[in-house]
Amino acid sequence: MRKIAKSALDSLFAAMSESKKVYLPVDGEGGARYQLWTEGTVLSEAVNTVRSAKDFFFPQTENLVEFKMEGKKLDVIDVRRETEDFVIFGVRACDVRSFDILDRVFLGAPVDTYYKNRREHGVIVSLACNKPAETCFCQTFGIDASAPAGDIVCHMTDDTLFLDAKTEKGEKLLATLEGVTEPCADSAADEQKALIRSRLDKLPLKGLTADKFGGDKTKEFFNDPAWASLSESCLGCGTCTFVCPTCQCYDIKDFKTADGVRRFRCWDSCMYSEFTKMSAGQPRLTQKERFRQRFMHKLVYYPANNEGIFGCVGCGRCLAKCPIQMNIVKVMKKLGEGGDKND
Amino acid sequence: MSVTNEEYRPLIVAFCCNWCSYAGADLAGNNRLAYPADVKIIRVPCSCRVNPAFILRAFQRGADGVIICGCHPGDCHYTSGNYYTRRRMALLFSMLDYLGIEKERTRVEWVSAAEGAKFAATMNDFCKTVAALGENKRLEDLRCKK
Amino acid sequence: MQKVTRDILVNKAKELLANGTVDRVYGWKKGEFAYDVTPALFKSEKELDEFVFGDFCGANVSKYLVAESKKAGGKILVFLKPCDTYSLNQLTTEHRVDREKIYAVGIPCEGMLTGSALKDKVDSVLSVETEGDTVKVETLYDGVKTFPASDLLPDRCRNCKSKKHVTYDELIGEDGEVLDSGRFDEVEKLEKMTPDERFAFWQGELSRCIRCNACRDVCPACTCEKCVFDNPKSGLENKAAADSFEEKMFHIIRAFHVAGRCTDCGECSRVCPQHIPLHLLNRKFIKDMNTFYGEYQAGEVVGNRPPVVNYTKEDIEPSEAVKRGE
Repeated sequence: MRKIAKSALDSLFAAMSESKKVYLPVDGEGGARYQLWTEGTVLSEAVNTVRSAKDFFFPQTENLVEFKMEGKKLDVIDVRRETEDFVIFGVRACDVRSFDILDRVFLGAPVDTYYKNRREHGVIVSLACNKPAETCFCQTFGIDASAPAGDIVCHMTDDTLFLDAKTEKGEKLLATLEGVTEPCADSAADEQKALIRSRLDKLPLKGLTADKFGGDKTKEFFNDPAWASLSESCLGCGTCTFVCPTCQCYDIKDFKTADGVRRFRCWDSCMYSEFTKMSAGQPRLTQKERFRQRFMHKLVYYPANNEGIFGCVGCGRCLAKCPIQMNIVKVMKKLGEGGDKND
Repeated sequence: MSVTNEEYRPLIVAFCCNWCSYAGADLAGNNRLAYPADVKIIRVPCSCRVNPAFILRAFQRGADGVIICGCHPGDCHYTSGNYYTRRRMALLFSMLDYLGIEKERTRVEWVSAAEGAKFAATMNDFCKTVAALGENKRLEDLRCKK
Repeated sequence: MQKVTRDILVNKAKELLANGTVDRVYGWKKGEFAYDVTPALFKSEKELDEFVFGDFCGANVSKYLVAESKKAGGKILVFLKPCDTYSLNQLTTEHRVDREKIYAVGIPCEGMLTGSALKDKVDSVLSVETEGDTVKVETLYDGVKTFPASDLLPDRCRNCKSKKHVTYDELIGEDGEVLDSGRFDEVEKLEKMTPDERFAFWQGELSRCIRCNACRDVCPACTCEKCVFDNPKSGLENKAAADSFEEKMFHIIRAFHVAGRCTDCGECSRVCPQHIPLHLLNRKFIKDMNTFYGEYQAGEVVGNRPPVVNYTKEDIEPSEAVKRGE
């Protein structure tokens, strides 16, 4: 483990920037968001960014391929951008877990090479949450915010940042930082970890459990009448899916450019009326079915296909951002208590 | 207007009402009145057919200026279409200005079927104004650029 | 802050359910925290146990009446704040709701807090209490913080346009007046900037847009069955802004399509997850229409004709319209 004074963070980021681009959460209008580090950029103290860190590996829009016609000749051009190495600094425990969830989707066969390319170029430096918010419930999914995963794991005290490399990638990066950091005992951050753990114990959503959900629960929940009342006021907007670190649905579309056709993909939302529309129409006719799809995917379908791992990481973004304040916690509580079946 | 090859040539989209301005353009042609070939005319049944989205689409697709030409107020073939155009465009242009987009890039002119000379003069003037502004950067879609 | 209490509303709802005037109630349901109140439908006296009313019940429920008033059954009871009544009137004008099936009870409003505005100022909110115009926020790590309510109120409430109910079947408390608000001040500030500054301002704001469509979906004026932005055949459909042009396109068209019908309820800005001041686009249209075509308030009277579908022979020319202020 190595350490650096909090007041010297700039020199740390400068040292990282020598070999890689460094992105970190920065405060701005509307909340914190990831930004490229340049001289003078200040790390945000916010508990998390408004948009999740999935943007780095799975951006909202991405060009896949371009088609150009010349006479009768059709050129297919790979427009993939060569990705440079980059560091995402300050990723929270929940978002780090979200990468595992995305990996299972995009790196399983057939491998999404666009995603894989970026994943290989990215180094994740996680940062334990000193002040988890009231909306946080990562513990429900077995995530320990005091000890996040990541290539390098960081803990911040009032005056010091501790860095602990956990993977080969992390060790390589940390080795380049030896000039600005100094070694310290492996137990140096233990006090901070204990403080965070005591704070996690006091969170209002601490008691929430996902025990009642899992891959084999389709029949139990699918026809619960509670879906109707839960989705009653859902507006059908995409806020929850777009701020979610694990939502991974996308659409592939063509755009006619000045001299050809560009095929790109963009995030899609199961909350939208056009989602997965086919020639026979929309498979989910009303908002109730669309709403059910989102939560069943996170709590039942995803674990069914991925050894019981839930598709939610408890980051709490949807709790903070839903325009009508309906969210996965309310859904889990309602269904977990037996839904409306007893009425 | 003499234009050399090196000069910047703006792309102008002109929405012309079928009954007045389009006929005005015809008259300009018949009378051998010159106006720049940079003007691409789109014929519409009435100036009020022009949905604000058409104007934005024109800019997206590479237009540097958009002009809407209709019958003089009071002379609409459908009695009141151009009155609605007038209100709609006043609001839209004001909004574009509010968003910081150069207001000289959009214009509404009333040109009757008998005003071939006015049509040519309007187009010449509009092309000159837009050429002076240069390329449309603020409402461009980079994907539509060559 | 609020002068009416939950109990007054619940008793009124129970009374109207019992005497058969209505058979369901659109209201607000308690959440996990102080601020996460969800609009919800209550179908029986028993369900009303979960009914809440307080300083976070800002959601304008009138849009839900579009779908709800088409359903079979009796009348629906709604509690409407003054600004919500304008929306209901406008929806009635457009024949989007069946007014006969709605029993509107007007309730006074002292301004509504929003979770997102609150969380901009305070982290980790445990509970919120209001006493008069003071808001006491209990936090996880910083103890109790107090704010004057005006610090936490969103723009729409700080510049409230009217405390008058323009439609109701019954009123709780006293009716207010149309207020002389400063709601166009921000618009004027922008108008006074140079075009370059304005462009930079909006480019910055709109670049944060994630195209979640919340502003559109919450808007009581946006009631098209199929929005052009969702319709692959419209030529305008887009699910994500692939170019900064598409951000502008969406927001210009969104605001333009509700011009003349927008009552300035401010829901668009309340729900924006990226805090884009979308109401400043709508207010620009309202201000322009007032200046060009005379004062007009959408939803003030049922049956009013919005300026964009009206004309006079002496209307201002578009070229003159953009010249003002020069």
